Amino acid sequence: MSVIDKATFDELKQMSGADFINELIDAFLDDGPHMISEMQAALATKDVESFRRNAHSLKSNANTFGALGLATLAKELEFMGKENNLDIGNRLEVLNEAFGKVAEELKGMRA
Amino acid sequence: MRFAHEPGHLLVVDDNKVNRILLSRGLEQDGHKVEVAENGRLGLEKLRAGSFDLVLLDIEMPEMNGYQVLETCLQEPELRDIPIIMTSSLDEIDSVVKCVELGAEDYLNKPVNPILLRARVNASLEKKRLRDEQRKLFRTFATKEVADELLKSGFSLGGKYVNASVMFADIRSYTTYTEKEDPTEIIELLNDYFALMFDAITSYHGTVNQMAGDGLMAIFGAPIHRDDHCEQAVRAALEMMELLEGFNQERAAMNKTQIKIGIGIASGRVIAGYTGTQHRATYTCVGDTVNLAARLEAQTKVIGEPILIESATRTALGDAFKIKPHGPIQLKGKTVEVEVFSVLVGQKV
Repeated sequence: MSVIDKATFDELKQMSGADFINELIDAFLDDGPHMISEMQAALATKDVESFRRNAHSLKSNANTFGALGLATLAKELEFMGKENNLDIGNRLEVLNEAFGKVAEELKGMRA
Repeated sequence: MRFAHEPGHLLVVDDNKVNRILLSRGLEQDGHKVEVAENGRLGLEKLRAGSFDLVLLDIEMPEMNGYQVLETCLQEPELRDIPIIMTSSLDEIDSVVKCVELGAEDYLNKPVNPILLRARVNASLEKKRLRDEQRKLFRTFATKEVADELLKSGFSLGGKYVNASVMFADIRSYTTYTEKEDPTEIIELLNDYFALMFDAITSYHGTVNQMAGDGLMAIFGAPIHRDDHCEQAVRAALEMMELLEGFNQERAAMNKTQIKIGIGIASGRVIAGYTGTQHRATYTCVGDTVNLAARLEAQTKVIGEPILIESATRTALGDAFKIKPHGPIQLKGKTVEVEVFSVLVGQKV
């Protein structure tokens, strides 16, 4: 099952041009794992601010590519960070898994 | 390649690489020169180092967030006129409102719609261009002192009493000169001459507020008050004579007519303010001191010295200049005699 909203992605591709959709995908595939590991580190050091900001960035990128499920998960974590609540259960693992699926699908969508 | 708009120099500040690419590539395709910065602190460094026409500023960033960058920019005279468009996600609407209230030019929601991006950027650049042009015009027709005063305290007609020195300067035998020279030559001469005189006057904090034909009027000590306005006016006059000497040497070398000028300076209470209408006004001053300065300038022909002052200016100068008294003189249009002095050129102490 697709984890990318086709309409959003197509719109992005059409408006940005085929030339640099690959550049955009590569940037996300590079940065996404980094954001998630920053969140893990922030959790360990109880750095609520960094946790929230990285969740925010991940959400923002997920929305850009139409990865709506991933965006919802990231947004929830961003909100918890904002509320100073780092009692997030297994949500980060779930997020990581969701990102993996998105990354896999985006790789196949390179022009 | 032609674009429907003038290209601008833009700065994209965003900690998110995907957003930086998304924002910068589209604008580059539009012909703009785009630079990027990865956080607020680096963005501010770039802003201070370069000259940008527009900033696209993310709110959520490490080190220095967009809100702090905006606040800093608005406080710095060099940066506060650069339009800033905030870029943010929909759920940051509270922060966006705060930024717009603070002075951000506009905002854009992320993910950014390229068409909207283009429209907002071009509209902001256009607005900035108009503002810059207005400012430039303003500086052309008003002096820097007047323009700064206006930008700071706004414009209102109406005057106040100030203590100032007033200067009149005129080209001697200008009428004879215009009769034999061709018009292009005359305008060229006047432009060169005025450029030099303006330089001398502004470097001693004077404001040229009137030009008529070959004559000019300048004020020292207003609109920005300074205690040493008499001395500044006299120093400006000496500088004018010195510059004119060089100017004449150049003209002699080119076999062109040389010119002589007369300068009259009077100091005292004047009524200064903006005269005219709400649509067209000039900063000027009126009063007895002004008339006296004009009379002294006319008197330079009679006495045969280029710089004439009266006793109020003379008293304020102390011993810093070589002064020659000419005794009390009955000036045209004056009921009482006036003590007249000349300041000797080339003998600055």
